[in-house]
Amino acid sequence: MRARTVPQPGWSFEYLMWIFTRISGLSLLFMGFIGLVSALLLGARTQMDLPTLVRWTFFQNPNHVVNSNIADVTIGWSNAYWQIIQMLMIFFGVSHGFNGLRVILEDFIGHTILQPLTRGGIFLIWLFTMMVSIYVILAS
Amino acid sequence: MAVSKFTWLRGLGYRGGGPMLAWLLHRLGGLAMIIFVGMHIFAGFLMQQFGSDFGTTLNIFYESTIFQIILYFFVYFHAINGLRIIILDIWPKLLEYQRELIWLQWLIILPLYGLSVFLSIQNLLTGG
Repeated sequence: MRARTVPQPGWSFEYLMWIFTRISGLSLLFMGFIGLVSALLLGARTQMDLPTLVRWTFFQNPNHVVNSNIADVTIGWSNAYWQIIQMLMIFFGVSHGFNGLRVILEDFIGHTILQPLTRGGIFLIWLFTMMVSIYVILAS
Repeated sequence: MAVSKFTWLRGLGYRGGGPMLAWLLHRLGGLAMIIFVGMHIFAGFLMQQFGSDFGTTLNIFYESTIFQIILYFFVYFHAINGLRIIILDIWPKLLEYQRELIWLQWLIILPLYGLSVFLSIQNLLTGG
């Protein structure tokens, strides 16, 4: 591992991703909080056990709460609002994660021919993961 | 190649203390979460669309207690340590107290983590 050379100041790719990492990290914490509070307002305290509540807090998918005492998840727990929140969460989470993977790998690779190849490969895996997860969200 | 085997040994000998441990655990936790979330997305897709046995196997693997106990640590650490990094980025003057903040973050992480481990093991033993 060696130190990376710092590009010139300005709106570089690295700077944008640095800002995105902060914003997406805060958003994920905030959306987890929203999920937890909403679940409690929807009656989670008497309808589910703690592991179920934690699964819902991490990701607000109806499949996470379907094995509980909720009579009908389509009332409140499964609707377009939660689908949009899930897509936002997937976008922030997957992008944050693969960008982090890119940063770690580029620390080891340095400025060689492998760098653009790694970026391209990670971009393709990111795109594929986004498509698969949005398919799962829309179909669940 | 940029990587020689000696850099690893030198890295281990470098006595960075708390901040270095935080940096290392942040990266390891990030990688662990990429593996878990990636597995979960594909297992969910396979089970939902094809009712696949492979998806169910992956599901049993990451729902096992030992996997959850390891993952909980990394998730709590990555979340709280990331929040510390963001706070220090917004108020750089706090960098002076970075070691104290790292002690504070351990004081937040360890009780949360202990509670989660307790509940995970209780869940395992009671078969909930």
